[in-house]
Amino acid sequence: MLRFILKRIVFAIPTLFAVSIIAFIIIQLPPGDYLTTLMADWASQGGAVEAGTVAAMRERYGLDQPIYFQYYKWIWGILTAGDFGISFELGKPVTELIWNRLGFSLLLSLLTLCFVWAIAIPIGILSAVRQYSISDYMATFLAFFFLAVPDFLMALSAMYVMSAWFGQSVGGLFSPEYVDAGWSFGKLVDFAEHVWLPVVVIGLGSLAALVRIMRANLLDELSKPYVTTARAKGMSELELLIRYPVRLALNPLISTLGWILPAVISGEIIVSVVMSLPTTGPLLLRALLAQDMYLAGSLILLISVLTIIGTLISDILLALTDPRIRFQ
Amino acid sequence: MTDITNLPPEGGPSLDLTGKDIAVAGQWRLFWLKFKKHKVALVSLVVILFMYLVAALADFIAPFDPNATNARFTYAPPQSLSLFHDGSFQPNVKQLKMTLNTQSMRREFVPDPTKPVSVGFFVKAPQPYYLLGLIPMQTKLFGITNPQVGDSLYIFGADRLGRDIFSRVVHGAKISLSIGLVGVFMSLILGVTIGGISGFFGGWADLAIQRFIELLRSIPTIPLWMGLAAAIPVGWPPLRTYFVITLIVSLIGWTSLAREVRGKFLSLRSEDFVIAARLDGMSEIGIIFSHLVPSFMSHIIATLTLAIPSMILAETALSFLGIGLQPPIISWGVLLQEAQNIRAVAQAPWLLFTPAAAIVISVLSLNFLGDGLRDAADPYESVS
Repeated sequence: MLRFILKRIVFAIPTLFAVSIIAFIIIQLPPGDYLTTLMADWASQGGAVEAGTVAAMRERYGLDQPIYFQYYKWIWGILTAGDFGISFELGKPVTELIWNRLGFSLLLSLLTLCFVWAIAIPIGILSAVRQYSISDYMATFLAFFFLAVPDFLMALSAMYVMSAWFGQSVGGLFSPEYVDAGWSFGKLVDFAEHVWLPVVVIGLGSLAALVRIMRANLLDELSKPYVTTARAKGMSELELLIRYPVRLALNPLISTLGWILPAVISGEIIVSVVMSLPTTGPLLLRALLAQDMYLAGSLILLISVLTIIGTLISDILLALTDPRIRFQ
Repeated sequence: MTDITNLPPEGGPSLDLTGKDIAVAGQWRLFWLKFKKHKVALVSLVVILFMYLVAALADFIAPFDPNATNARFTYAPPQSLSLFHDGSFQPNVKQLKMTLNTQSMRREFVPDPTKPVSVGFFVKAPQPYYLLGLIPMQTKLFGITNPQVGDSLYIFGADRLGRDIFSRVVHGAKISLSIGLVGVFMSLILGVTIGGISGFFGGWADLAIQRFIELLRSIPTIPLWMGLAAAIPVGWPPLRTYFVITLIVSLIGWTSLAREVRGKFLSLRSEDFVIAARLDGMSEIGIIFSHLVPSFMSHIIATLTLAIPSMILAETALSFLGIGLQPPIISWGVLLQEAQNIRAVAQAPWLLFTPAAAIVISVLSLNFLGDGLRDAADPYESVS
């Protein structure tokens, strides 16, 4: 088992390296380097720029050096000192801006995953056991429908429904009085009141896909001889279902984490923009629109790294639950 | 696609599905026979063809210039069509009367039953135009038969500047639906080439390509697209932006196709007919294009169809965020930018729901169609 985990971790390293290169390319994409943008920005505000400052910053980011050296300097700063560079738009180090938002992104994604799983498994089971019933057709139709509705449309529609029919304003993760307050029971309740809508909105697309997979897996298992055997022994239908086929059908479902997670994180970003949640989404969009590339690049890097780590964990979980994977 | 539609449909000699006919039926014939059974997919095919037709004839179908503004009809609601006026058949909408609601300080529109605006087919266009950029035309499919001052025809409502949403959605279809097709074409080239190399040669090339595909698939797509799209300079001409956005969107789409192609190559590589061709002295490239590719063409078509909706959704999402296509261009995503503000949506829900319906209907039918094609791509499974 330990060998398997080590092997997976070693495999992840080239992926992480490649992701860092992609993030670096995105930082470099806009024309002109970081300092020209900064100079233009300062000049537009009427500030005089000292030649010494410019030279010092050029040195700091290695802007006179060849591109691979700049990459080396950038990644080395991140790895050794956690230095992601400076957001020129907000004039603060990137690290000060991102961790809090990244935390909320992670929390929101985890809650969404839990929600999706908790709902998809029972519906999938119901759909498979009552194949071709009205509830099965309903589930199938809704699955296809929600797959076709983009996340942000769902978010907008949900906000419209909430405000037009229930007269509630939607947006943010807290009521104004709790935003800056410390954590307390009241804040937790307030958080729960706000968070369920984004969680449902982000989850619906993946939920649909998961229900389809769960249904197909379980249908495969239900037609196998061991089910008939167990039934012939006189086992009760519910006990039989929970004990054998459902457990087997769950295994492939765990492996879907590998693509559900990127989908959920993508969805989280765009839904957060629409609902103005304090997560990475609005910050990333704002950074990109302002061409604040160190902030944007760092966010893209961290989001991707978190996704890769999440996928790694799901691989290990799968190996833990399914010995067949471990001994391959 | 043309091959499928050219096949004789119902009218041809009916096939005995269990007997000899099935044994001698060609690949495309089997494909069509199986596909025909999937009713939902068949309906979806019709819907999709209809939508692409609307997109192609957008100039003819849209009654108004999508960029023509009218300050008088800011946020005018959809006008419902009635077929009779004063007991005689005369399709008409009612003229909108504007009132100011003194409490909310908003303009409100009420239909005025005494003033019908008659509507008819094949009316004279306000300006001559070129259909498909080629054919000079003077007529529109429908419109106001005798336009007077104060007349309006907003069947899907109007936006912030009084532009006709219906015309805008129809024109948006041109861009949004074609991005799917162009993107899929790029994916096709990338996917078949890279997947083919991976599956046919195997070894380290295969390993490297598979790792690369896994990498691309493990990154959340939206941030990656956003990062790339944001780098497009604002001053670029619309056409160039359009192609770069398509390229970015197809960056992910090709991976699933490459996997499919690779799998097929791997399973077909050692088939007898490939070995026979090789022994005959055929070149590797020749084998790939004249034997291997035709044998899994139907799979490719199915996978491609399933890739179109994800590209349409990607373009919509990027444009909605304001980093994809920009306003002089009309696409469904650009239309939805107007709906970003929830207060605007609360006042004029048609800003959100009309483009949304267009997106959902096209994506839904493409998904069903792709599903049907995928089932049909394995013709021997249940037909025989």
